[in-house]
Amino acid sequence: MSPMTVLAGVNDPATYLHVGWVSISVPNLIVIVVMVALFALAIVLPFPKDRGRR
Amino acid sequence: MTTETRTAEVDETTDRMWTSRLRRAWLAKLPPDKLLPDRQPAYVASWIYVFGVLAIAVFLVILATGLVLAFAGPAWYHTSSVGHLTNSLHFWSTQLFLMFMVIHLWGKFWMAAWRGRRALTWITGVIAFLASIGTAFTGYLSQSNFDSQWISFEAKDGLNTVGVGAFFNVTNYGQMLLIHACLLPLVVGFLVVWHVLLVRRRGVVAPLDAVSNDVPDLVKPTEDARP
Repeated sequence: MSPMTVLAGVNDPATYLHVGWVSISVPNLIVIVVMVALFALAIVLPFPKDRGRR
Repeated sequence: MTTETRTAEVDETTDRMWTSRLRRAWLAKLPPDKLLPDRQPAYVASWIYVFGVLAIAVFLVILATGLVLAFAGPAWYHTSSVGHLTNSLHFWSTQLFLMFMVIHLWGKFWMAAWRGRRALTWITGVIAFLASIGTAFTGYLSQSNFDSQWISFEAKDGLNTVGVGAFFNVTNYGQMLLIHACLLPLVVGFLVVWHVLLVRRRGVVAPLDAVSNDVPDLVKPTEDARP
């Protein structure tokens, strides 16, 4: 099994996290966390200035 | 009859033609400088405004890889290396497409992007998002592997419960594949083009604290992004 296969684990059922009545798979949680992080970064990171124009 | 009179009659006739009327209506609503602008308001210089165009970029990748998959077929994309790569590009582009659309949706929701007569822009975006979910779902069902079998048998009971199973049968592979490859890409493509044309017509919405909500047309030459 290649390292990427182990990392992604695409050939096995996903691991689920259970907190009370909340049940979510780790892949779905990762996607949601990445989206929230991208959204936050898009708000706070400065947009590069176009120095080539007057 | 003089030449001038004849020319005036011809002009009057051509003015009434549907092509002339359609051209005038199009140019009145969407003149070339709005359709293909070279300047944007200063507030557009923010990362939150790039997710819409990122979604369009990966949508083009999805369409291109989907065309290759459709022509080459599952016997190719399940067995060859290049087939696996193309299949994976199609799959991961879809993941990015939905992620970028969700972030775009969040950004537009929190800046109340339906302001300034942009309700139809908002609605076409929402419907495009829902149609994209349907396209992704039928794509999962068209993988022709155990994963698609599992998803279809999980989904059928839910869809039967809401009463659509008779004409939207998720265990009918041919139906799902045709809907995925022939119908829904056209629907999503049409909605995306319509959405973009509406954005071009009304301009990019300003942040809530930038301008008054009463100003319908926020893109003006005086609000130039260039320093």
